Amino acid sequence: MILTARALKKTYGITPALAGADFEIAPGEVVAVMGPSGSGKSTLLHCIAGIIAPDEGTVEFDGRDLGSMSDVERSALRRSEFGFVFQFGQLVPELSCRENVALPLRLDGVARRVAEQRADALLEALEVGGVAKQRPGTVSGGEGQRVAVARALVTDPRVLFADEPTGALDSLNGERVMELLTAAARERNTAVVLVTHETRVAAYSDREVIVRDGRTRETVSS
Amino acid sequence: MAIGTTFLGLLEAGPRHGYDLKRAYDERFGADRPLSYGQVYATLARLLKNGLVEVDGVEPGSGPERKRYAITDAGVTDVERWLAQPEKPEPYLQSTLYAKVVLALLTGRGAHELLDAQRAEHLRLMRELTARRRDGDIADVLICDHALFHLEADVRWLELTAARLDELEAVVA
Repeated sequence: MILTARALKKTYGITPALAGADFEIAPGEVVAVMGPSGSGKSTLLHCIAGIIAPDEGTVEFDGRDLGSMSDVERSALRRSEFGFVFQFGQLVPELSCRENVALPLRLDGVARRVAEQRADALLEALEVGGVAKQRPGTVSGGEGQRVAVARALVTDPRVLFADEPTGALDSLNGERVMELLTAAARERNTAVVLVTHETRVAAYSDREVIVRDGRTRETVSS
Repeated sequence: MAIGTTFLGLLEAGPRHGYDLKRAYDERFGADRPLSYGQVYATLARLLKNGLVEVDGVEPGSGPERKRYAITDAGVTDVERWLAQPEKPEPYLQSTLYAKVVLALLTGRGAHELLDAQRAEHLRLMRELTARRRDGDIADVLICDHALFHLEADVRWLELTAARLDELEAVVA
């Protein structure tokens, strides 16, 4: 397993968001996290991605305990080992799509030419090479989301966290984004944690974890 | 699927033998459930009796005679009517699943478990179809999409029912 969480508890005020949730994912695996609104699936994602700390329980990435890391270490881990795709609004509007994709590499000190070459290769793989020079505001929703996927994958993360990645797209664009996202992740052996309420999107996963009342439950498919 | 009318549609392009019809049907529509020869010849006999097809020629062979079938004008009208008529929206699994849920509640068995198991089974099939869709041509994509959307609708019903079990239990138990 590349990422393992055990007995996670998290309470906001008096509201328990997680009440003993477990999670694990292997390299290259695609796991769908599903559950009704307010079930705790976003809190689970934030905990296992090291964005928030659980009140109780442990999260281990590649054998390292996230709870015993400093904020700086956790932040560095997120930048180098994790990729993120959200429902919308994640691209920097002032930068071109190529610059957006190259941004995580530039922040890590990679030379502009190298970073942009890698960005271009990923944009091509996600079939949006043609929008490299455009700003995000001038591309369609489906194209913008593929650019966001490219940016999330540009650092070759070990785990990609996708929170409702097709939530703002129509069926056709949603399907294409899922096809390209899962294909690109499998090619790189990147694990994908896919939070979704759409069963059609979950059908791209290898297995699903259901969150209900802050607890996780795995359904076993033959 | 209306096999008879589908045969008629296939025959509109030109006369065919029963074997050719079966092959054309299986290739296009029968991926999950190819036709048996019994079905093919029973269907053709019915179409013949109803005047929707006619025997266009008979070829003697080493085995039984091979009849070639052609569509009649009445057959063409039938195809036209079938294509123009929307299908009755079917409730699919809903009635069976509803009965199971109610019975589970009445007998004190786990209705949640039943719904979860059904949901997992639906998702398993949806994964298969998604994989088939990914590796398939446009015909596979469209056929799988149709099945996927229907399965998705079932899953939404399963989820809503799970959320309303307490309400249902208060009424039926």
